Amino acid sequence: MPDKNYEPKIVAFFCNWCTYTAADLAGVSRLKYAPNVKVIRIMCSGRVDPQFILQAFASGADGVLIGGCHPGDCHYSEGNYKMLRRFRLLKRMLSSLGIGDDRFRLEWISASEGEKVKTVINDMVEKLKILGPLSIPKQISILDKELEEVTDEHTEQLTGRKELSHV
Amino acid sequence: MSDKPKLAFYWCASCGGCEESVVDLAEDILMVAGAVDIIFWPVAMDFKKSDVEAMEDGSIFASMINGAIRTSEQEEMARLIRRKSKVVIAYGSCAHMGGIPSLANEFTRSQIMEYMYQEAPSVVNPEKTRPMLNFKHNSENVTLPEIRNLVRALDQVIDVDYYLPGCPPTPKLLKQAVLTLLSGEFPPKGTVLSPDEALCEECPRKESKPSDLSFKHFYRPHEVLLDKTKCLLSQGVVCMGPATRAGCEALCISGNMPCSGCFGPTSRVRDQGAKMLSSLCSNISENDEAGIDKVLGGIPDPVGTFYRYGLASSLLRKKITEDV
Repeated sequence: MPDKNYEPKIVAFFCNWCTYTAADLAGVSRLKYAPNVKVIRIMCSGRVDPQFILQAFASGADGVLIGGCHPGDCHYSEGNYKMLRRFRLLKRMLSSLGIGDDRFRLEWISASEGEKVKTVINDMVEKLKILGPLSIPKQISILDKELEEVTDEHTEQLTGRKELSHV
Repeated sequence: MSDKPKLAFYWCASCGGCEESVVDLAEDILMVAGAVDIIFWPVAMDFKKSDVEAMEDGSIFASMINGAIRTSEQEEMARLIRRKSKVVIAYGSCAHMGGIPSLANEFTRSQIMEYMYQEAPSVVNPEKTRPMLNFKHNSENVTLPEIRNLVRALDQVIDVDYYLPGCPPTPKLLKQAVLTLLSGEFPPKGTVLSPDEALCEECPRKESKPSDLSFKHFYRPHEVLLDKTKCLLSQGVVCMGPATRAGCEALCISGNMPCSGCFGPTSRVRDQGAKMLSSLCSNISENDEAGIDKVLGGIPDPVGTFYRYGLASSLLRKKITEDV
């Protein structure tokens, strides 16, 4: 059952030169967008190590958004292409690990596109609300409960036996 | 019993290759056997679990446990050995990072059971028989260990002091590890007992690795005739060398096969697969989606390629199921 009060958590990596500036613009223009996003400023979308993305999901993010300069506009000439290449394979890999397309997004947003920051974030929040929580830490902690079921039960049944067949 | 340091070997979810690698010490095994007492080694010697239980806690000098942890019985044995040992070494890729068995984390336990006992083409099971944890047979209670939901690396179940990486670890590394421990000069806890640098650093083909790889196509080793002298990445083959720890002396590459990553990452990397994906993709020559996807078509199974030995210890650990 979808929880009506569920608010998705999005970790966003925005490049200093375009998307972060656009997010600033959205702010000074008083555009309203969903508060579900935690923005991390990085110098270039090419700096986004895939480990950051996995770490975000593994720490409980419901979605990860990366914002970079439009193709051809990268401050460092090709950082955004490097991100795009990683994104294409990472998306495929994440989807085979059960993290669907709508949870991982790459957008080109230039410094003047404050409006686009708003629409992208609002749209992503809407889609994540339909999908519901990913909650990887919770899933893992549920599965790790089996480690606490100390195998006493098993040991108990075998106590009194002289020999284990497998050892 | 003599007062030589006591050494134990144990195996969990593994193939037996790690045991083989101990025997591969060849003559050096006499050196090891001379310096220590092997007090528990189920694959080679007749000791029982009860013999271990009877030992004083902490009385085993060092235990080498290989294999991933998949069942309740393996958990139990790992905990028992931990209690009895001063030093526990995760021996081989499976104990170190989950190994190949942890690729099973791409499936749920029920999917695996369903396939193995029902759907596999070679299975005939009209009564839908499944393994049971308890079964009464002639008024005797017969038990089986439980298959757990996740395959785990050893340090996800017990405290581990050192790691000997590799599938399997090389005899040279094992010998070095034993000598290091016997010398009494213990490295810091958590050390992986292999050089902390990328495999490329000790690769005989290092000189032929171009600074700009610029991938136009990825080939799998059987799809192309490989030049025995040139860097495999420069030939478009996914070689995990850049994201893998050194120490094997480029064994697979000497056999003209790419590194598949069994030594795991260096200490600076948390997630080997993510790092390898990052490095490979950055170097693709194309800039547009269609072109990039065409090149990436040469990597049909990214999880199996980048996490072949370490899905359990990767950041995500398993395939995420949204309905747990």
